[in-house]
Amino acid sequence: MTTKSIKLAVENVSKTFRVRGGQYSDEHLLPVLRRVSFDVHEGEIVSLIGESGCGKTTLLRIIQGLIRRDAGEIRVDGKPVAEAGRDRGFVFQQANLLPWRSARANVEFGLELQGVSRRERGERAQSLLKLVGLGAASEQFPHQLSGGMQQRVNLARALAIDPAILLMDEPFSALDAQTREILQLELLRVQRETGKTILFVTHDLDEAIYLSNRIVVMGARPGRIKRIMEIPFSYPRRDLPELRADAEFQEIRRTMWELIRNAPPMAA
Amino acid sequence: MSQETATSGKAEGKSKSSGGVEPELDVTTLDLTTLDSAMEETEELAPPTGKSLIWVVRVLSIVAVLGAWEILGRQVDPLFMSYPSAIAVAATELIGSGELLVGLLSSLRTLVVAFFIASVLGITLGLLIGRYRLVDAATDWLVNALYATPLVAIIPLVILWFGLGNTAKTFIVTILALFPILINTTAGVRNVPKQLIDVGDAFAANERQIFTKIILPSALPYMMTGLRLGVGRAIIGMVVAEFFTAITGLGALIVKYGNQYDTASMFVPIFVLMLLGIGLSLAVRRAEEWIAPWKATEE
Repeated sequence: MTTKSIKLAVENVSKTFRVRGGQYSDEHLLPVLRRVSFDVHEGEIVSLIGESGCGKTTLLRIIQGLIRRDAGEIRVDGKPVAEAGRDRGFVFQQANLLPWRSARANVEFGLELQGVSRRERGERAQSLLKLVGLGAASEQFPHQLSGGMQQRVNLARALAIDPAILLMDEPFSALDAQTREILQLELLRVQRETGKTILFVTHDLDEAIYLSNRIVVMGARPGRIKRIMEIPFSYPRRDLPELRADAEFQEIRRTMWELIRNAPPMAA
Repeated sequence: MSQETATSGKAEGKSKSSGGVEPELDVTTLDLTTLDSAMEETEELAPPTGKSLIWVVRVLSIVAVLGAWEILGRQVDPLFMSYPSAIAVAATELIGSGELLVGLLSSLRTLVVAFFIASVLGITLGLLIGRYRLVDAATDWLVNALYATPLVAIIPLVILWFGLGNTAKTFIVTILALFPILINTTAGVRNVPKQLIDVGDAFAANERQIFTKIILPSALPYMMTGLRLGVGRAIIGMVVAEFFTAITGLGALIVKYGNQYDTASMFVPIFVLMLLGIGLSLAVRRAEEWIAPWKATEE
């Protein structure tokens, strides 16, 4: 794995929010990320996990360029990035599909912005919808799709611009348990077929272990990396229920749980 | 969202049990379209209760009201009140003489021209005010003041400016229809969900693309609502303007027969205006459903 090239490098990224009208003062500073560094290698699935408030979503949005960082550097394929670009595809927590566009037209969105011809982007969107299992639903509108189907379109839309890395922000957290497990499997299959590099934010320990090569465990206030854990299971992975019964899985889960829980209490 | 998630769960459960075999989450071959048809099925299972009964009641109500009007109307001096059959007779006369058609066409011409101007102006200004805070700061006091003013009050002044001709009428109808369109368009731009703008940002859209591909379509249903409200105000404006200028149009017919104490004939243009109002509102609503189907189903 280490022989593979580094797709995403995050170096000493820090971020402080200015909070207006807080509880104790008119304005105070809230450090959300402190000197966060890690790498994601080509073809890897890396999860960011931590309790709420550890800044994992903020970090993902900083990497995408939706939020400005205060300090540090982010490189995609070795090139420093500051703003949103086509080298990163973002999969939102809520599908955020454009309601006036069909599934296909939603997938075409990024390509349309780049001026790709109608025919080419149509073909590409169709093949991606097929990849995510929605080949026959391409002309459906978002309000006609279930939550799980919307997330599939969300994924296809990010894949359409053929990014160097996929950034996924708790994409399955709003789904019911059954749909979530189906989509986790689907994501692994899509990743296997496309070889995409994925950075995945989640608060679900099982999900993180099940999907990832490595897990970046973060602590809160300010958000920082506590440990980066290697997950030893090989791909394609056993089904989650079976994996859960594995002693090693339970050991990893316990270690992670303790890392997350032992966060120092918030200073009053 | 959470609701849809719930339905999806149900639908998926259903499609599985109907499949007969106990599936071990064989997702690679799982065809999503079967889930979808399962969803449609569950929706259609709810029967449309008593739709025909509703229509029966509606028609009975219409017959009852018209009948009561006919009977009571005949008891009153025809100067003060008319009744349906007399109005129908007057209508055939007015249609036969061509007077009604001339009046209607004259009114419609003003209405169409003025409504078009109001739509273009209202949508353009609304988009600018909604998107750019400085434009808003420069104009919000004026927009609020004019919207709050009953603009029919300035009709005498408008007639001083433009005389009794078409220009005055067009101007009056335009300013009356303008504000609902403008204000709704502004609201539409302001209410674009932030997450959708995020999508544009995440895919590196420039300002023009965000405007045309996200803000504009997202604000469209609001604009259509503005147009629908604007139509109603435009018709009011048209009649009032014709009352004042009283040369042509349906408003002029009302004034003419009112002055002649021919109450039955006076009701004819009033009915035409009513039909016009209903027709135009329906047309805009249809256009709304056609242009923004995702909003129509949400309501």
